[in-house]
Amino acid sequence: MTDRPEVDDHSGTETTGHTWDEIKELNTPLPRWWMTIWLGTIAIALVYMVLMPSWPLPWADTYLKGLRNYSERANFEKDMVKLAASRGPAEQKLANTALDAVENDPELLNFAMAAGKSAFGDNCATCHGSGGVGTIGYPALVDDVWLWGGSLEDIKFTITHGIRGTSEDTRFSQMPAFGRDEMLTKGEINDLVEYVVSVSGGEADVKAAQRAQLTFEDNCSVCHGETAKGMRELGAPDLTDADWLFGGDRASIAETITNSRNGVMPTWSGRLEPWTIDALAVYVHALGGGE
Amino acid sequence: MSKTTIIGGSPGKTGGPQIAAPGIKKIDVTAVNTPEHRELYQKRIPIYPKLAHGIFRKIKWAFLFVLLGVYYIVPYIRWDRGEGAPDQAVLADFSGRRFYFFFIEIWPQEVYYITGLLMLASFGLFMATSLFGRVWCGYACPQTVWTDLFIAVERMVEGDRNARIKLARQPLKGAKLVKKVIKHAAWVLISFLTGGVFVLYFHDAPTVTLGFFTGHAPLSAYLFAGMLTFTTYSLAGIMREQVCTYMCPWPRIQGALTDEDSFEVTYRAWRGEPRAPHKKNDSWDGRGDCIDCKLCVAVCPMGIDIRDGDQLECINCALCIDACDNVMVKIGRPKGLIAYDTDRNRKLLSVGKKPVYKPFRIRIVLYAILVGGIAAIMVYGLMSRSTLDLNTLRDRSPTFVRLSDGAVRNGYTLKIINKATIARDFFVRLDGIEGATLKAIGLNSDGSSVFVSAEPDRVRALKIYITVPAPITKDLNESTPIAIIVEEVDGGERAINNTVFLSGNK
Repeated sequence: MTDRPEVDDHSGTETTGHTWDEIKELNTPLPRWWMTIWLGTIAIALVYMVLMPSWPLPWADTYLKGLRNYSERANFEKDMVKLAASRGPAEQKLANTALDAVENDPELLNFAMAAGKSAFGDNCATCHGSGGVGTIGYPALVDDVWLWGGSLEDIKFTITHGIRGTSEDTRFSQMPAFGRDEMLTKGEINDLVEYVVSVSGGEADVKAAQRAQLTFEDNCSVCHGETAKGMRELGAPDLTDADWLFGGDRASIAETITNSRNGVMPTWSGRLEPWTIDALAVYVHALGGGE
Repeated sequence: MSKTTIIGGSPGKTGGPQIAAPGIKKIDVTAVNTPEHRELYQKRIPIYPKLAHGIFRKIKWAFLFVLLGVYYIVPYIRWDRGEGAPDQAVLADFSGRRFYFFFIEIWPQEVYYITGLLMLASFGLFMATSLFGRVWCGYACPQTVWTDLFIAVERMVEGDRNARIKLARQPLKGAKLVKKVIKHAAWVLISFLTGGVFVLYFHDAPTVTLGFFTGHAPLSAYLFAGMLTFTTYSLAGIMREQVCTYMCPWPRIQGALTDEDSFEVTYRAWRGEPRAPHKKNDSWDGRGDCIDCKLCVAVCPMGIDIRDGDQLECINCALCIDACDNVMVKIGRPKGLIAYDTDRNRKLLSVGKKPVYKPFRIRIVLYAILVGGIAAIMVYGLMSRSTLDLNTLRDRSPTFVRLSDGAVRNGYTLKIINKATIARDFFVRLDGIEGATLKAIGLNSDGSSVFVSAEPDRVRALKIYITVPAPITKDLNESTPIAIIVEEVDGGERAINNTVFLSGNK
């Protein structure tokens, strides 16, 4: 026996020496093209390792940066600078234009709507819902009901300072918890519920509603108004319309009167750029049909 | 497998110059696709096409000059479109999202015109192929045209077939080195012009031409010019017939497009065989007209022998017809031993019958109807193309809004596409629900219509709200068809979009 592997007579290829049922396994060499590509990939990997960030160096809390000093983070920052530069003029223009003038400038309006839509999705949709449809406790922004006013300036003020937020000028009002704080009895509250249902056009117990007339005037009309139409300066909702922030069924109304409701919207100044707030104001104003 | 085969050209190898007929040398050449050359892996056999003279060579020159001329000159043709619009006659403006073709301007949403053009091109090609065989391959294909040009350059620098074969056998130094450098330099220059001009179809030609050499052209211009320089050089200079034989799908497709009545370059074997050299004063009786001079093989840019019959490699350039006709004249035999003819006639003629031509076959008629129909639709489309378009997108989140007074409001985004080159004023109106009001953000509304102006050649996006008062809402179905109408203030063009109003009623 020599050290040379046996060569298969038929194909002229070396064998591996493995035999199964007298069938010998050929040791066919890898095709040259395959080897070339394989060696090529190794060569490319070596070049890549030298040029690009490759190995972590945990003991030094760093990594091999490579000759090209390539960094996704640095690229991202450069991209952001570029983005700011390309958007800058429009942002400036938006920040320097009076809000009602924005709507008369189609180009600027398009920019504000696009920027507003994106900012709304990022910051507002969490509570107000996608497209501003709202839900129980979170006002719908697509309808014509505006607790604190629906003009461009009102909306901008609300976004800037928030509602019961952290700003000094935040929108603030507090409905008393008439039940919890024992200002009204359970019976009075039940009568009041009937009264509220009746002014909003629902079918109510007329007698109970009449009983509550005086209670309403004494306790509620200060904010909600004599005719229960609400008062925007105080954020007091109109009780006569079909729109209910916390639900318009009897149980929800009773709950509201008993324990009060105090929804909070964050103060966005300081968190968003002034021009973003402008864009949001324009977008939300348009969502609501533009009061 | 490793031996390099150079086909023919060496008179010494076969023992002195052979004569096919008085005054006609027999060329020592073999077709590249003869059975003995066919292997699973076919090594390339170099081809040195000889210059042919004749009518078809003249036609090919004409095609070359006209097509190259069109290609190189068109980007520089100007076409005035007024202020602000590009003045280039043919321009694919990607950044501006417009395609200009003389008086036609196409927006991205009208890309179906391109579809129409592509259909016209393919059906036209199918029809031409069914009628005349691979005329596209032989005369008009860019691969053919540029290869022809590159071979012409090669011939100018290195000489005709014999000189080139001789040169190929010399070591690469001295005069050969100089010739090769000149040839490749010329090729690179032509390739660069080709690639560079292609870029001009996508930018303002004079600006980019100037900018290209001062480093001010966009990166994409350099990239594409570079890429096309490379492909032109390698496809037309280096790969040539390999592209047609191995890369192009057309040779495979054409088998389905031709039939026995399609014209193709045909060797009339019934007349030519048996082939043999002819000596002066020998009788032509009992033998064919083919004197086996092999000139037809020598002039073939594909390096094949037409006498083997119709082949995948044959691009039907008809240069062998020119070569053979010249020989036939010299030996005093009738022209047309190799000629454009149909398969049917080849058979008919071989048994002494009269040839039959059938240009009006079913497939030709169908192709003609298709080409004519599509062309008519395109022309009609272009003639009646409006310069006003409207897209309406319903708000979907939410689909409707109930207002505090019970009225229902739906929101829509309108896109008024003003394709005219002037600013225009429009009224937006609503049709379908009596008593509904229309309002747009940032625009004045009298309740039933909105006035809006659109800049020239721009899309004006517009958010509108349609509100239906409570009493009317009650009587509406869940979905009511409505029409939004955008009409020019002075009563010119108008566009209508049909959409629906959702009431929220179940």
